Amino acid sequence: MSKTIVELKNVYKKYDDGFTALKNISFKLQEGEFYTLLGPSGCGKTTILQSIAGFTEVTSGQVLFDGKKINDIPANKRQLNTVFQDYALFPNMNVFDNVAFGLVVHNTKKEEIQTRVHDALKMVQLEQYANREIGELSGGQQQRIAIARAIVNRPKVLLLDEPLSALDAKLRKDMQYELRELQQDLGITFLFVTHDQEEALAMSDQIFVMNKGEILQKGSPVDIYDEPINHFVADFIGESNIIQGKMVEDYQVAFLGHQFECSDAGMRPNEPVEVVIRPEDLVITTPEKGKLQVKVDTQLFRGDYYEILAYDKAGNEWLIHSTNASTDDAIVGLTFSPDDMHIMRYNETEAKFNHRLESYED
Amino acid sequence: MKKNFRGLFFTPYVLWLAMFVIAPVALIFYYSFFDIHHNFTLSNYQEFFTSGTYLTMTANSVLYAFLITLFAILISYPMALVISKLKHRDLWILLVILPTWINLLLKAYAFIGLLSHDGLVNQLFQFFGLPIQHMLFTDSSFILVAAYIQIPFMILPIYNSLTDISGSYIRASRDLGATKWQTLTKVIIPMTMPGIKSGIQIVFIPSLSLFMLSRLIGGNKVITLGTAVEEHFLTTMNWGMGSTIGVVLIISMVIVMLLTNTKRKRRRA
Repeated sequence: MSKTIVELKNVYKKYDDGFTALKNISFKLQEGEFYTLLGPSGCGKTTILQSIAGFTEVTSGQVLFDGKKINDIPANKRQLNTVFQDYALFPNMNVFDNVAFGLVVHNTKKEEIQTRVHDALKMVQLEQYANREIGELSGGQQQRIAIARAIVNRPKVLLLDEPLSALDAKLRKDMQYELRELQQDLGITFLFVTHDQEEALAMSDQIFVMNKGEILQKGSPVDIYDEPINHFVADFIGESNIIQGKMVEDYQVAFLGHQFECSDAGMRPNEPVEVVIRPEDLVITTPEKGKLQVKVDTQLFRGDYYEILAYDKAGNEWLIHSTNASTDDAIVGLTFSPDDMHIMRYNETEAKFNHRLESYED
Repeated sequence: MKKNFRGLFFTPYVLWLAMFVIAPVALIFYYSFFDIHHNFTLSNYQEFFTSGTYLTMTANSVLYAFLITLFAILISYPMALVISKLKHRDLWILLVILPTWINLLLKAYAFIGLLSHDGLVNQLFQFFGLPIQHMLFTDSSFILVAAYIQIPFMILPIYNSLTDISGSYIRASRDLGATKWQTLTKVIIPMTMPGIKSGIQIVFIPSLSLFMLSRLIGGNKVITLGTAVEEHFLTTMNWGMGSTIGVVLIISMVIVMLLTNTKRKRRRA
């Protein structure tokens, strides 16, 4: 069992104008894991990062590092480092001096600075760039230098504030692999903040999905994708079709006038629920074979799949990912298996949600 | 057609430049080669660089200008730093700029009132039982008042460069373990160097030739190159010598500009 390195206990952050940025945030970060705070802009994810880094004071609650309360410890005394969204590389220093900064301010010996800066630059594969000026580097290179600068102090936790958002799509994908590798090589805890669900799913061990100052759900990428707790999470993480329905009894759900077998249970009989079906789980077939009949409206070719937009008789929108094209305005059938459906209750808390899942899953 | 149109826009600028910049400078150079009897000569320069009086005056001027600039920086930098962190910083900086709208002569007379034998400062000294000081017509009062006059011109470029620094640089510095002092000396001051340098350019050169203040506050005990220029043009009518000193001032200005010139490297991609 690995050790808890960072813990937040009932943290609130209220601003003078009455805005509450964080509402009762509690979580634990284990050593050597990759965590992601995921949510739309303004959800409070950066505020959490800043309260751990020491750039903002929490209104109430505790921030613990290695078991000790650090609420009142200034940022420069905290054993963690940050990679900033705009990189914040000092323009008056070259690459070497930027990376060495954290060592210089700690009065490290010259020879040690040399070797450690070299090692850090090697980690990000830019060891030959030590004498370059910051302005001479591309965005991706600046990004790596910012990472090298942050890891040179050998922090136990690295905080990353949307570090990939300024990069182009191709580079962003490459950096996802590299960040994940770097985290595994260093064996330290990463806390990564992003609004990009794809980044979060690709890299994380654990994801915290946030909205409006609250953590809605925490879990592994697979758990969160397959079993979102509510409408917001289902909608935010990946594409989804969300249909209103009724839980007739355990393992039986009804929507659009039909009753289907599903794999969820633990709700009241006839409880109104929402049903999530991911677009890639829907299979197009003939109208007779389909569990549902929809009319194809628009198709977009996405490269690796077709994104098909269709409507059922009740006017609900259906998003289908298919490797084969369909015909516009054709009536087609849709099939899905019981496991492809995920049922969500209204206003269920995370604790009750997890408890219910455990009650019927083996 | 297009070329003519552009020429039209340039005309006022070129005319202004020719009449008010190039012509006066050329005239000063021209006059500096004539003695008081309108004979072409190099004797003005010879006199300037061989006479002890002029060289002492130059040394004095440079020393005073240096001290005025130094005090202006020492006061302006912390002030700009504090103001840049205040909530209504634009209002506060406006208050600092406000005195520049008042005539220099008025401010000088105000200081005479404050610093004179029966002035407000001495009244306060008396009130606290301190002996009366003779402050007016001393070197230090000249430097004090001159620094006061120049501070707004020093603060403004420093303040602008401070407010240009993104907060994330300071957070990054603190995050990497730098104390507040290390952040100031290693990050903030180097990044505001361009502001300090333009402040020096604006303050140092005029300080070389503050003839009115040296007369009113320094009581003519402080003789700067400015005083000498005024004497030659208005009293002794030796325009040639006055122009020579003018040329020396222009050249020292160029030297200061070169010394404080920052190579404008493109730092950010």
